[in-house]
Amino acid sequence: MSEHLYRDLAWLPAAPPDFNAQCRALLQDSADCGRRLRFLATHALDENQLNRLARTIGSLQQAGADLKPLLPFRLGVLSNSTLDFIKPALVATAARHGLALECISGHYDQVMQEALSPDSIVNTAKPDAVLLAIDYRALPIQTRLGSEQAAEESTTRAVGYIETVRNGLKAHGTTVIVQTLATPAERLFGSMDRLLPGTTQNVLSRINARLAANVLGTSDLLLDVAGIAATVGTENWHSPMQWNLAKLPFSNRYLPLYADHVGRLLGALKGKSRRVLVLDLDNTVWGGVIGDDGLDGIQVAQGDPTGEAHLSVQRMALELRARGIALAVSSKNNDDVARKPFREHPEMLLKEDHIAVFQANWNDKATNIQAIAKELSLGIDSMVFVDDNPVERNLVRRMLPEVAVPELPEDPALYARTVAAAGYFEAIVFSDEDLKRADFYQDNAKRVELQKAAGDLDAYLKTLNMEITFQPFDETGRARISQLINKSNQFNLTTRRYTEAEVAEAEHDPSCFTLQVRLSDVFGDNGMISVIICRPGAASDWQIDTWLMSCRVLGRRVEQAVLRQILSRAEARGIQRLVGVYRPTDRNKLVENHYSNLGFAQTGTEPDGTTHWELAVAGTHVAEAPMTVRVIGLD
Amino acid sequence: MDNKDIYERLTPIFHDVFGDDSLTLRPDMTADDVPEWDSLTHIRLMLTVQKEFNVKFSAAEIGRLKNVAGLAELISAKAR
Repeated sequence: MSEHLYRDLAWLPAAPPDFNAQCRALLQDSADCGRRLRFLATHALDENQLNRLARTIGSLQQAGADLKPLLPFRLGVLSNSTLDFIKPALVATAARHGLALECISGHYDQVMQEALSPDSIVNTAKPDAVLLAIDYRALPIQTRLGSEQAAEESTTRAVGYIETVRNGLKAHGTTVIVQTLATPAERLFGSMDRLLPGTTQNVLSRINARLAANVLGTSDLLLDVAGIAATVGTENWHSPMQWNLAKLPFSNRYLPLYADHVGRLLGALKGKSRRVLVLDLDNTVWGGVIGDDGLDGIQVAQGDPTGEAHLSVQRMALELRARGIALAVSSKNNDDVARKPFREHPEMLLKEDHIAVFQANWNDKATNIQAIAKELSLGIDSMVFVDDNPVERNLVRRMLPEVAVPELPEDPALYARTVAAAGYFEAIVFSDEDLKRADFYQDNAKRVELQKAAGDLDAYLKTLNMEITFQPFDETGRARISQLINKSNQFNLTTRRYTEAEVAEAEHDPSCFTLQVRLSDVFGDNGMISVIICRPGAASDWQIDTWLMSCRVLGRRVEQAVLRQILSRAEARGIQRLVGVYRPTDRNKLVENHYSNLGFAQTGTEPDGTTHWELAVAGTHVAEAPMTVRVIGLD
Repeated sequence: MDNKDIYERLTPIFHDVFGDDSLTLRPDMTADDVPEWDSLTHIRLMLTVQKEFNVKFSAAEIGRLKNVAGLAELISAKAR
């Protein structure tokens, strides 16, 4: 992920390697092109990629292609600087926000004429909105230093100019988007620039305050360019070289960011803003895994940097909720385990009744997000899904491309900032109804039943290019094996704990069959994710003493791959039967049906809920899992 | 970075900027040889080259450029 969160739109995934080819393919076959355009636009595109996409959109528009579900939007743009750079970026970015944009610009540096004349290019086009992309260099802000009166006069003159343009456009029945003015980096005196009447800094901040006050309460919109420039730094925003060279009002490196901000406003105008924040729990809302680490083990406390990082996610969620965004949970957990921190952890800011829909189960998250949307009677395209796990993120992106799924950096300290930077919840009005909406969603933390699965999971798993590695216990793996044996609670059939010495014993016992299992995928190496110990049972049985797995790789069909491996080794050693046992704890309900799912036959139940299972080695066929198998040191 | 490397890295930049993936660079190539090469795409080309090669050109240096060979020389001098 880029270090430049804002500049590089780092919440968006990197462009696909075949981006150019996909653009070309759209011109050959325009079937479903609206969705495909939106998919391509929903990546972190640089200026040239935005241009390419804009050309593609332009060609499709000219050919009269059906761009549904993108909504047509006609935007006029008036500016005192070069628009040719801005326009394609706006067109391509608008597709990200659900719009098929047509951009109309007036003649260069003819802002007033375009606004006032009924037969100007912009006014005759009857645009849905007009963006007034005026920069401070267009305004007369020379004043006498030190004179309050002169500074006010200068402010009134500049604001008056913009108001005249705005009223001219409004008279032709359009919505006007007024920009605040980014202040230059250069100071005349230093800090005194802010307080001394008549400096550029001083006058620009007066103008910006006045512009904002004038737009408030009208049907027009404000694009806070001064705010964007401040966020990325005015030193970066303004490029004197590019202004001189081509009258670019800001550095072209910030074109994608600027265009995204415009796209958010236009999207909001068309009701495309997001309304629901769906949160993963483990390592997102708190640090650690509640099912393994327990209530005392998760990190969610003040004073601990990791805990505070996750608390900042909770704080952001609560702030969003207070302005009318619904909160939901999608977590791979047992329901009661997942709810426990909300109910019992004293440091949790989020409580159960803040959550409108609470989906903690072991199903895929796409299906759960679909259920959440249905329960809230909102479209899939209203949802934002935040999860630290790249595999879950990509699964949801693939199954439900309409859901916004931000990329997250390694460090949880930046999660909240990243979600905020993406601007998913851009709004153009705020009303009493928004304030009340939080209460409307209150009360339930409802759990809803799942309908049919959202999509083809196996097809997604194939794209992960998983490689599974089987290896008997060895010295190198010993410490990690024993760590997993002593830490895993959820996917753990027997929860038998062994010391490192006992692990070494199993390693050296020729009658034991052991496996350490590793998994890598396109996102990197997951390391050791599963441990198996089979001990000799009656005559030609293997007793599965230990079978555990990291929940991180749940739903990837690793269990099937492991069973295939055990079966083939068992067969080679003349073993006829696998004998399994499930010993229930308060944490491992997840694997209650593990053996029955894998085709074992139940042979007994004990009063404490322990179940016994067996599987014949000969004649058992387990379907191949979608991953490459590597075997080391087994023969 | 030798001349061959520079041309290899310049080629996809030209493809992106001019939206034509079939362009083959030649040292004597000028704006007259590429229909999409106008004052606007020229600026874009200059900005993209500076970003991709992590170099900075002054307006005067850009103004003096005559053809692709000149651009490659400028990059080579700056990247040293």
